[in-house]
Parts: sequence; C-alpha cells; structure tokens
Amino acid sequence: MHSLTVTVGPRAFRIGSIWRAPLAQLAALYADYPQPADSIAHYRIRLDAPRWMRRHLRPQVAIQGDYTLPEAVPLPYSQAILAAEMGMNLQIALGERRLMLLHAASVEKAGKVVILTGESGSGKSTLAAMLGEAGWRLMGDEFALIDPETGQAFPFPRPVSLKNEAIAAMQALAGEERFGPLLKDTPKGDIRHFRPSADAVARMAEPGTPTLILFPRFGANWAIRPVGQGEAFVRLTQASTNYTMLGERGFSALTRLVQSVPAKAIDYMSGAEGISIVESLFEGAGA
Amino acid sequence: MDARHLARALADPDYVTTLDARGWNALIAMARAERLDGSLAWRLKGMDVPAAAREILDNALVNAEANRVQALWEAEMARRVLTPLGIPLVLLKGTAFAAAGLDAGSGRLIGDLDILVPRDRLDEAEAALLAAGWSWVKDNPYDQAYYRQHMHELPPLIHDERERMIDVHHTILPLTAGPKPDAAALVADSVEAGSFRTLSPEDMIIHAVAHLLADGDLQGGLRNLWDIDRLIREFSETPGFWPRLLARARHHQLAKSTSRALRLTAHIFDTPVDKHFAWHGRRGDVFYMGRLLARDDWGRESRKLLGFAFYVRSHWLRMPPLKLVRHLWTKWRMGHRG
Amino acid sequence: MAADRFAAPDSDTLRVTPLEGLTALYHRPSGQTHVVAEPVPEILTALAGAALSLDDLLAAMGLPADDGEIRAGLSGHLSALQASGLVWVA
Repeated sequence: MHSLTVTVGPRAFRIGSIWRAPLAQLAALYADYPQPADSIAHYRIRLDAPRWMRRHLRPQVAIQGDYTLPEAVPLPYSQAILAAEMGMNLQIALGERRLMLLHAASVEKAGKVVILTGESGSGKSTLAAMLGEAGWRLMGDEFALIDPETGQAFPFPRPVSLKNEAIAAMQALAGEERFGPLLKDTPKGDIRHFRPSADAVARMAEPGTPTLILFPRFGANWAIRPVGQGEAFVRLTQASTNYTMLGERGFSALTRLVQSVPAKAIDYMSGAEGISIVESLFEGAGA
Repeated sequence: MDARHLARALADPDYVTTLDARGWNALIAMARAERLDGSLAWRLKGMDVPAAAREILDNALVNAEANRVQALWEAEMARRVLTPLGIPLVLLKGTAFAAAGLDAGSGRLIGDLDILVPRDRLDEAEAALLAAGWSWVKDNPYDQAYYRQHMHELPPLIHDERERMIDVHHTILPLTAGPKPDAAALVADSVEAGSFRTLSPEDMIIHAVAHLLADGDLQGGLRNLWDIDRLIREFSETPGFWPRLLARARHHQLAKSTSRALRLTAHIFDTPVDKHFAWHGRRGDVFYMGRLLARDDWGRESRKLLGFAFYVRSHWLRMPPLKLVRHLWTKWRMGHRG
Repeated sequence: MAADRFAAPDSDTLRVTPLEGLTALYHRPSGQTHVVAEPVPEILTALAGAALSLDDLLAAMGLPADDGEIRAGLSGHLSALQASGLVWVA
C-alpha cells in the first residue's frame, strides 16, 4: 500500500492507497502542508478496491479507515481524491473526542474568530473562501474545532470543496494555481478543490478566540436576526458531531461559548453582500 | 505484522517504549479496528509516550468514559422498568463489568445493553419494556419467529428516544447450539453489584467463553479474549477458583470451550492459567490463533478466506445446515442481505 | 394505594445553566443534556433530593391544589420528565 501523511491543523492523517496516482494528486493539493512532528497520525484512511476484481477493471474506490460507515458507497476511480477527503472528514467526525467539532466554516482576523455554521448548501463554504481572499485568514470550511479547556477555536484548513457555480465565483477572485482538478458528476455535482492561501496553511497550528457566531443562509433577501443563547446552544449541539461524547466538558464549553459570544442569523443574496454583513457585525461585536 | 503487536502492548505496556512511528501507527490502527483502543489507553495511562500518541490515547479515554456513563444509564432505565415488577435483572458483558467496577470494564467499549432474565418472566419483561418506550428493531413475522424458536434472546429492542439497543437474554447460548447451559443456575447464583446484579465470577468467565467460541464467528474475538484475560487475572487469586471454574464449566457443558479459551488467552496475553485445566497443545488452536490475530498494520483483516470459513462455521454451530439454508433463503427472498 | 411520590436529582448530579429564558441542564448520571423552559426548572428544584406527591409539589410551587388544568399540566410535565429519567417515583 502506498502512503502519504499530512497534517491539517491540530490533526495528522495517514492516507494509504493501493493506487499510486491518487496519492500523487493529493500530494500536489497538500504540497505546503507540514509533516507531523513524530510521524504518528491521529487517523488513518485507506483507498481500497471494494472487490479485488475491480482493482484494474473499471476500478472503484472504497473509503475505509480507522472509522468507517457501513453505508458509505464506493466512488468511481476518477474521484479518488474526493474519496480521500471524505475519508478524512469521516475519521474526524466519527473519531474525535478531545476537540469539540462544529460543522462550521471559520475565519479569523487579529486573533478573533467568526464561526459560520449551517447545513450543506447554506453557502458557508463559499462565503468563508471569499472572506479568505478579502483580508481574513480562512481557518476551514468544514469543521471548526473548539478546545473545551480554553474555548479557543483551532483551524482545520483543508482545501475547500467548491461546488457548481461557486467554482466560477472563486475563479474570479484567485489564480488557477490554487485550484485542484475538476471532478465532474460527483454525488454533489461538479467539484473543484480550492487551496487556502499560503498564509492560512502556514498558520494552521494557530488558534483564535471565538468572537461571533453566524448562521448564514445564501439566496434569501438581506436580513439579520439576533439568535438567543438557548437557540444558539441547541443549533450548535445539532451542528456538532461529537458534543454528546464529550460529556460535561462539552456542556461547559458550549454553554460558555453561547454566553460569551453573540449569535446572529444572516440572509444574503450575493457574496459581496455576505462579506459586508460579516464585516459590519464583526465590528459591532467589539472586534 | 499481526495483532500480536496489539496483544503484546495490552499484556505488557512497557513494550510500547520500544515502538517507532511505524509501530505506533500500526498499534493505533489495530486497536481501533479491534475496538480495543479504550482498553489500550487504560493500560497505557500515565506512561511516557510521544505527544501524538498521548493525544490519541486520551481521546480513547474520553470516548470510553462517555460510553460507560451511557451504558450504565441505559441499565438504570431498564432497572426502573423491571424491578417494580420484581423481575431480577442480571447485567451481562460490558455493562456488568462497568457496574461491578471490574478491571475488564476499564476503558472497554460497551455496545448494546445485555441483560439476563428468568425464562418464566420473559413475556412480562418484554411487555413492560414495550410499554416503556422500547420497540422492535425488526418486527417482521419471520425474524420474530426465528428469534423465538432458535435464539437465546428476544429479538433486539431499541429505545425510541435514546436509540440504544437492549438484548434480553434468557440463556447465554442459542437454543440450537450444542451445549445447554443451566440458565436457572446463572440467575440463581448471580451476585449483587451496586443497584444491579451480575453473574457470579465463574459464570461471567464462562459466558465470555461461550460468546467467544461457542456462539459466533470470532468477530471481535480479540476483545472478547481480552475480557477473559482480565476476568481471570482479577478472580483467580481467590482460593478454590480453578476447581470451581472447572466444575461450573462442566455443569454448563462448556468445559472444552473453556479449556480452549484458557489456552488461547495464555498464548496471546500470557494470562496465568491453571495447567491442569488448560490441557496443552490441542490441535485446532492454531486456526483460532490465526483468526484472532489476523490484522495487518493498517488494521485490515488479513487472511480473508479464513474469516469466511469462520462465518460459515458460526452459523453451522448455531443451526443445523438445512435450517441455515432456509434462513438465508428467506432473507434473500425478502431482499435482505445475508 | 398511596399517591406516588416523585424525586429529582440533587444539585450534585444536575448542572443548571440559564441561557436567556431557556435553561440548559447537564445530568451527570446519564451524560445527557436537556434544554427546557419554565416551569421545568422550577419542578426540578422543588423535587431535588425530595419525595413529593403531586399535592405536595403543587404546594411547594405555590400553585392551587384544586385547579384541574394546573394539575393536569403538572402531571404531564412529570410523565415527560419520568420518561427522560430526570424524575422518578421515589
């Protein structure tokens, strides 16, 4: 099995593959990402053939690793890189028990972090990627990792999976060298990976202090609504893959977060509108 | 590399001080694949290990603790339903180890809640649980009839709100298996553990043996064998333990399986076992050893064919062949997988 | 048959955190979090480490014992809390 180890924020992943080519693609996508200090990976992912017959003839990629979902269907070989990314998501979503995982994008400025959380399709990934090109540090588009002891948010700056129209929107803002290959007709439509800026990658170990929690919704008329502590708490428990498994530490961390950080639901029609809302609320939050 | 690597780290924690990055990666992969990472973390508590390894082990301890709390709470919720009816509730497996504070429970992963109730109170227990928020996982007539005719437990129930499963056993082996353990004696000789009951020490070991060797395809085998190691180390110091275990294993018609389990755990975990009891060098052990230790350094099950053979064998053990075919056929026809 | 007497966890086993009108509860024995609105925190406070009948509970909460609607409402809360394990028959 060929292998590659990559560090993303506070966690290291070892990716094994029975094929060499997908690892070469991954190595290019993660070229600037550091190797873990002692080469011990927190999680392992394997790209394997679902049945050995499929290894050469019309191959498919089964996503396996330390943690697996029985219902995870194999992807076509042309999407092996996506399989690896899904595998990384799966490992941390199913396995992580020290940092509280929020299904959220996050951006940082001057040590202060804005957490953007919402379901897939809420536009949080694209909005965070755009903020990353507008003077913010992109900390991640999929998971925000909260340290229960300190309340600090750690980055998880993986390449952003841009879907469909978001690909063109980001091509208007950043150069071609930041993009991975186009993956057509994936379960989520067309996808291109977009690499965070060199600065965001270089600072992947640097946490920040949560300052604002946003529940964005793209495609609706401009609106800002305050979200009470109780509602924010409930929505964040629902956005967390491991809240219940952290026990009382999770409870302490999450109640403290919603008590100390203001939360708003925001609706916006365009990327520019989204950015301006985030910036004005960020200033209003005393940042 | 095979799971001897993991077994050694469990049995002799100092072994990990010799590991390089490759050794650690393999150890973590195997421990997670066998779902023994919590037990391993418990064994390596306080040891000086590389920083990433410490994070991984602490992660497993957090998981084990949440798991323990949830498991004991599920037992408590079942207790609140059954004790007012005067139905004795005996906890089995992981929940029992946790309730009794046994070493076997330390860091151990606990899945479903397994309880044993007297067979003549089974219908009552079932009705009470159904009235208190539990439902059938499979309520088609075929599965229901299958469980009731052939199995040692009710069809699994799941709690609607908490989504945790409970297996209500009336004995410890399927009715179709060869040995016929004395279920009434299991309940009669059960012991108190806080507000619950558990099997007696000897019965606890024999149940773990039954689970490992007489009832299955050795899935999760290393984890079950680790239970046996821990239980023996904790109980075997009491005077008269070995003769009691032998007599009890014979009584439950499980002396041969118990003997084999003792040999396996002595081989794999260096468990101190009574030589007279664990007859040496029995043929066949090598196959069990191969199956129990079949992991590569990515945590993958190696020797796939051997695994399949055991799968067939486990069905064979539970059911005479014709019954098996009928069972599979009905499943196929209904569009279920295996 | 005597009326059931109800009990709830004491402050050692139940953590209570107000969140602007709602209340977050962390129940240590179950590891479960509950988010509740009034009068649930008030019921739990009255029953903490106690064993009260429905009448005792009404009195402890300063509610009239003879109002059918209030009695039924409180009974409903007690059943829901029993199902969640936060209240039990002592």
